[in-house]
Formats: sequence, structure tokens, C-alpha cells
Amino acid sequence: MIFFDRVSKVYPDSSIALENVTFSIEPSEFVSIVGQSGAGKTTLLKMFLAEEKPSQGKVFYESTDVHTLRKNEINKFRRKVGMIFQDFRLLPDKTVYENIAFTMEAAGRPDHEIEADVPYVLELVDLSSKIWNFPSELSGGEKQRVAIARALVNNPDIIIADEPTGNLDPMNTYDIVQILKKINDLGTTVILTTHNKGIIDSLGKRVIAIEKGKIIRDDKDGKYFA
Amino acid sequence: MFWTNIKRIIRTGFFNFWRNGTVSLASVLVMMVTLLVIGFLIFGSAILNTSLSELRDKVDINVTFVPEAVESDILNIEHSLEGLPAVSMVTYVSREQALEDFKIRHANDQSILAALDELRDNPLGATLNIKAKDPSQYESIALFLEGKNTLSSSGVTIVDHVNYYQNKIAIDKLTKIIDSTNRLGFAVTIAFIILSVLIAFNTIRLTIYIAKEEIAVMRLVGASNLYIQGPFVVLGVIYGLVAGITTLFVFLPITYWIGQITTNFFVGFNLFHYYLKEFPQIFVLILLSGVFVGALSSILAIRRYLRV
Repeated sequence: MIFFDRVSKVYPDSSIALENVTFSIEPSEFVSIVGQSGAGKTTLLKMFLAEEKPSQGKVFYESTDVHTLRKNEINKFRRKVGMIFQDFRLLPDKTVYENIAFTMEAAGRPDHEIEADVPYVLELVDLSSKIWNFPSELSGGEKQRVAIARALVNNPDIIIADEPTGNLDPMNTYDIVQILKKINDLGTTVILTTHNKGIIDSLGKRVIAIEKGKIIRDDKDGKYFA
Repeated sequence: MFWTNIKRIIRTGFFNFWRNGTVSLASVLVMMVTLLVIGFLIFGSAILNTSLSELRDKVDINVTFVPEAVESDILNIEHSLEGLPAVSMVTYVSREQALEDFKIRHANDQSILAALDELRDNPLGATLNIKAKDPSQYESIALFLEGKNTLSSSGVTIVDHVNYYQNKIAIDKLTKIIDSTNRLGFAVTIAFIILSVLIAFNTIRLTIYIAKEEIAVMRLVGASNLYIQGPFVVLGVIYGLVAGITTLFVFLPITYWIGQITTNFFVGFNLFHYYLKEFPQIFVLILLSGVFVGALSSILAIRRYLRV
């Protein structure tokens, strides 16, 4: 489903972000990518979303090289991917409802579907009571749940969670991981990048470890440190 | 879907305007400065044009005919002068009228009147007062009068003198002043418009810069460029409309106040009356300028954040 074929990324200042990275991810897999800051995790995700081009190698989604897509095809492709970020990246001037509705509007979904699906997906993340609040009125955990709801609402094939628990306390971290697990159980591929040893160890799912732009370990039922 | 998207874009634009009250207020105020400048340039050029045409009106040339000239010959010349495209008006003053005017002018000067009485005949010739459409055309009119056109039916010239040559220096100077004032006015207008548009553009660029994180998120959730850009363009248009309408209102007291000064200064030109008379054109011009500057600034400013 996702295939990184000998991908390297060298920035103009000659710093190497990724070096000859090859791996694949199957549908419905839950994959954690671990590594220190600057190891290349985020670059990897940006390559997949066609935000950055690789210096060498190719990135495939199904049978398509995502870097050969045209602008409007990239937009369509991104609608198949739900993104969750460490800093939530909600639209500050929109309410919870509007933040989620925006994703559906961008995908060209009609009004009646938006009106039905937004409350439904907020119920899934247990945030129905905050539907008309603005992001500034929510706690960190609540913001991240809105972000998850936003990522989920278009029924994506893949959820990418880039350090989703980095700004959260242990209680909220646990909740978010449980939601991600539930999403994966329902058949969505989840790619999670994290520093958090506890999360990785408790998941018992596949772990790809990156160091200085190279994959140093790829375990089926990995732990943070082998 | 097209209309649904348009509706959503307009609604989002309105929400953005309303929810970012402070930013909107700042942008509208800056945009108002731009539109005020454009408005004042309109008023300035109206004042300039009125003053210049007043000056133009004051310039004329007089052709004085010899006293022996026959009236029908003079009227023939008047007729042919009126046929010239450069001429806007010709006034005939007969010998009798010229004498009458002379007497009135010198009513207090007994010696001159007594000298006049000594003469049996009216010593004054008839005159034609000629106004050109443009001061630069007096020379061609003077040349016309020098030629064969002013010969009487018997082939003798009946023109005594043309005062163009006495006034030539003044007329040339005035023509030059009018030309360079027009040119300078145009250059200043263009410079001010460019400057004020740049200021408005920069302000809108800042408001979009503030939203650059949001734009990045919109791109990541797969929104098309048009869908991201649309609300910002609507926002720019709203800035332009609100600033335009406010500016038109602000001009009411300003022109009323300045109007009293201009009436005294520029021979009866009241800026307030001019504003009211030309309001439909000024309304369209100011509003269109606002909308154009707002929309164009948004389109240009957001482009750099939309490169995939």
C-alpha cells in the first residue's frame, strides 16, 4: 500500500535527512516510527504527503509515485490521509464544528452529509459538548481529539499521527492512543511517530526505528529498544 | 457543487472579517487612506482643471480693423474665423460700440473726452475678440489673420493690428504652465496611487501572513488552491467595500469644509457641490478601486503560500 523505495533526502546545506530508506506498509497496519529529534521521522511523513520531494528514490501509494501527481491530484490524494500533529494545528478562528466541516467542504461533500457526520465523529472522540467552542477554549487533550475527529471525518485510508501526544499529560496520552488503536481496529492504517517509550511498549505493534536518516530496526512486535 | 462552493467561500470570507475584528479594522483603515488619496487626487484634478480653464478663458486676442473697413468685410472675416476648428468664440465689437466703450472707460478723464470731440470722425476701428479652444492655437489664428483671408473685397488689408504679438510671451508662458501642470499632475497622481496601493497591499499581505499556518493546514487536509484563496479574496473585497463606503461618507464633511475655502479661492468652485454633482462617478470609482485593490492584494499575497 505504501512503499518507500530507496529514498534519500539531502538538503542544500548538504545535511542528510534520509539515506536510502526502503520499507513498505500494508493496509490496516499500525506502524510506529521512533527515533530522536532530527532523526528524519517528520521528513519521512512530508515525503509521503508530497510536501517535500526526495533527492533520490520514489514514494509509492498503491501503485502511484506520489511525486508524479499534479497539484489537484495531490489535493485528492491528501484527502485519503488524515493528519494529526503534535501542535494540533486547528484553525483558530473556526469553531470545533467548522474545523471538522472545513475538511469535508474541502473534499466537496454536500451540506447534509456535513451536518450529519460532524456531530457523529465528535461523539466518537467524546467531544459532543464542545461542538460550538473555539480551539482557544479547549484543553490540550480536547484539541487533539478535535484534530483526530477532523482526520477521521473523511473516512481516510491512512491516519498519520506525528507526535500526537507530545504536548499531552499521561492521562490524555493514554486516551489518544486508545482512540488511535480503535481507529486501526476498524481497518484504517495508522502511522504514528513518537518519542514515548510507554506508548510503543504498550502497543505491541510494528516499530520502525530511525537514526540519522537510516532505518536501524524494523520489528513486527517491537519495543522502543530491542 | 459550484454554487455550494461559492456560497461556502463567501460565508467563510464574512466570518473571517467579523471574527478578526482588530485586523479587519486596521486593514479597512489603511485601505481608507488609499481611497482618500485617490479621492483627493480626483478633487485636486477637478480644482486644477477649473483653475486652468478659468485662466484659458482669460486669454484672447483682439483684431482691430482700420476705421475705413466696411462692416460686411469684417463680418465675412468673423464668419470665416468661426469656421476654424481652433476657434471657440468670436465677438464682434462695432466702431460705434468701441467708441461707446471708450467713452465709458474714460468717463472721468475730461481732457481725453474733449480731444475726442475735436475729431469729427470716430477714430476707433471695429474689433473682433477671438477665443481659442486651447491657448496653443492662438498662433495659428494669428497666422490666419496675417494671410490673404483678411483682405477686403477690393484686395486691401483692413486689419490695423492683432494684439497677439504683444501678448505672445504671456500666452506662450501660460501654455507652457498649463502643459507642465497637466503633466506634473498626472505623474503625481500615478505616483500617489502606486504608493497608496503598495501600502494597502502590504497590510493585506500581513493579514495573510498571520494566517499562513492555517493555509498550511488547509493544504494538508486537501483543500484546493481556489478553495483556500477564495475566502481571502472575499475578505479583500469586503475590506475594499467597507473602506470605500466609509471613505465616501468621510468625504461629505471634508468637502463641505474645504468647499467654503475653494469657493473663495478658485472663483466660485465649490468642492462640496462638485462632490454632490459627481457623486455617482466618484462612488463607482472609489468602490471599484477599493474592491480591485483588496482582491488583487489578496490574490498576490496568498500566492506564495499556495505553492505545493
